[in-house]
Amino acid sequence: MIEVNGISKRFGAVEAVRDVSLRAADGRITGLLGPNGAGKSTTLRILYTVIRPDSGDALIDGTSIVREPLEARRHIGVLPHSAGIYQHLTARENILYYAALHGLSRAESQSRADELIEMLDMQDFASRRAKKLSQGQKMKTALARALIHRPRNVLLDEPTNGLDVMAVRNLRTLLMRLREQGHCVLFSSHVMQEVAALCDDIVVIARGNVVATGSPDALRERLGQSDLEEAFVRLIGNAEGLE
Amino acid sequence: MHAILTVFLKEVRESLRDKRTLWSALGFGAIFSPLLFAAILSFTIKRNDPLNDKPVELAVAHTERAPNLVDHLVEYGITVEPVTYDDAAARAAIQDHRHKLVLMIPEDYATRLAAGQPAPLQLYSDSSDQTADRDVRRTRNVLAGYGAVISRLRLVARGVDPTTVVPIAIHDVDVSTPASRSVIALGTVSVFIFMSLFMGGMYLAIDATAGERERGSLEPLLTVPVRRDHLIYGKILAASAFMALSLVVSVAALSIVLRRVGLEGLGMSVNFGPLTALLIVLCCLSLIPFCASIMTIIAAYTRSYREAQTYLGLITVIPILPMMFASMMGLRPNAVLMATPTLSQHFLITSLLRDEAMSPGFVGLSVGVSLGLGAVLAAIAGRLYHREALLG
Repeated sequence: MIEVNGISKRFGAVEAVRDVSLRAADGRITGLLGPNGAGKSTTLRILYTVIRPDSGDALIDGTSIVREPLEARRHIGVLPHSAGIYQHLTARENILYYAALHGLSRAESQSRADELIEMLDMQDFASRRAKKLSQGQKMKTALARALIHRPRNVLLDEPTNGLDVMAVRNLRTLLMRLREQGHCVLFSSHVMQEVAALCDDIVVIARGNVVATGSPDALRERLGQSDLEEAFVRLIGNAEGLE
Repeated sequence: MHAILTVFLKEVRESLRDKRTLWSALGFGAIFSPLLFAAILSFTIKRNDPLNDKPVELAVAHTERAPNLVDHLVEYGITVEPVTYDDAAARAAIQDHRHKLVLMIPEDYATRLAAGQPAPLQLYSDSSDQTADRDVRRTRNVLAGYGAVISRLRLVARGVDPTTVVPIAIHDVDVSTPASRSVIALGTVSVFIFMSLFMGGMYLAIDATAGERERGSLEPLLTVPVRRDHLIYGKILAASAFMALSLVVSVAALSIVLRRVGLEGLGMSVNFGPLTALLIVLCCLSLIPFCASIMTIIAAYTRSYREAQTYLGLITVIPILPMMFASMMGLRPNAVLMATPTLSQHFLITSLLRDEAMSPGFVGLSVGVSLGLGAVLAAIAGRLYHREALLG
């Protein structure tokens, strides 16, 4: 469960995120939808404690990301913008490195890695060096790495970027599985269809502000549009009109 | 297992699989630096050695005008080649490099000598030709010697004791030992050792910071529940391990090469046995945390891998300049110099190679200051990793 209460972040003269509040519940997939540069990544980066908000706070399962970032990190699994796995290590070694950094015992690390390799269908390439992996395989490795410590909350920043159709399908199946298992899944995307197909809740962000929240149906209803894309365009348009 | 150790082991494992890191750690220290050193050394030996025994070749115009002088020249090992040049021909012969040196005996030489007046001799040479220097010097000495013989004979003929015109007598007493004479050549040993040490950790330091950021693996790393300074300590430790490896390899290789090439050809002896090599390694180990932290800080500040590479390449040169300066100026260790990392290790290495005693206070100062500064810099690197700008 992620509760964001009025976070703001400024980079020099640019106000990247302005008083953003949102909730992402357990057992649901929440989509952070917005055009490029809207502040999605900054919001996620604040939530996974890589950068600190200038004001506001967020609670991850009740733990403050501002006051106890180290503890908050134990409750989140992160797939950042780029997979960022180590080229000279095998897929399995990449996963085990994070297991060790999370303080898992050797035996626990091994069994959990086996479990994830099976779940993500990685048996074929688990012992191959990362530099020889395809984009989809790298994404799976990064995802397994993010899930190694059984986090309750999973944050993904534009996870489908650079993936082919099959890999996107696999990812979608996986996110739904995480939802079934009761995880809180929060991911960002600028692709409307993707969010519509997958999310239980949508948070629309434009110019650093939350401009709308709700289920896909609720959003359609509120904006009086039968087509979600139209609704999305109107939201962004309105937001721009406010400037 | 502690997070620092986890990071350390991962960085070491990854670097061992990376050919470039491995090459710069081992290739430079083990192969390049000893080879270069041997080349420099044998070049020096060649230049100094056989040339001293080579007779001076001197073209003499009009030998018939001064037969005694010519006999004297020959007696002192100068090969005389009679020629029939006039002034213009002598100049041309030097300019065309047919001769390095031409001695012209003018027509009035014999008459002026007989009259007890200064007898003129012209020595043609090209002062911009460095290789002629030695020949000119030797010829002048031999000629001056001939003049001295004649002046002594004249004094005796006039009933004057020749020693009355020699009021002072200078005797050079050279107290240098073969080991101390080799110091200039050995000054470069520490340069090579430091270069190897730096190169050993350079790629790892860049990879672990600027490289990690560039490949996007830094951001996920910062989401693990580990203090950021612990992450950087693990990386500094890994760079240190590679530096130590490179240090050991290069000192061992230099020790072997130096004993093979042999400085005896230069009239020098060198003290570079296994024990000295071990002591040198121990002295330089205290420098490693300092270097590893500096590199990590610089690499963490730069925006890209290439930029980090450029800056670290420049940094490598900085400690080498004072070392060169110290060995050329013949500086002696003092408290300030011994409190300067890299320079103090240079003095320790030099005194070990010269087989000289170094005061334990200076050794303590060198080790203490280097380790202390290393700790301070590591702490600074740790703080740096808490900055958001790190993500670029």
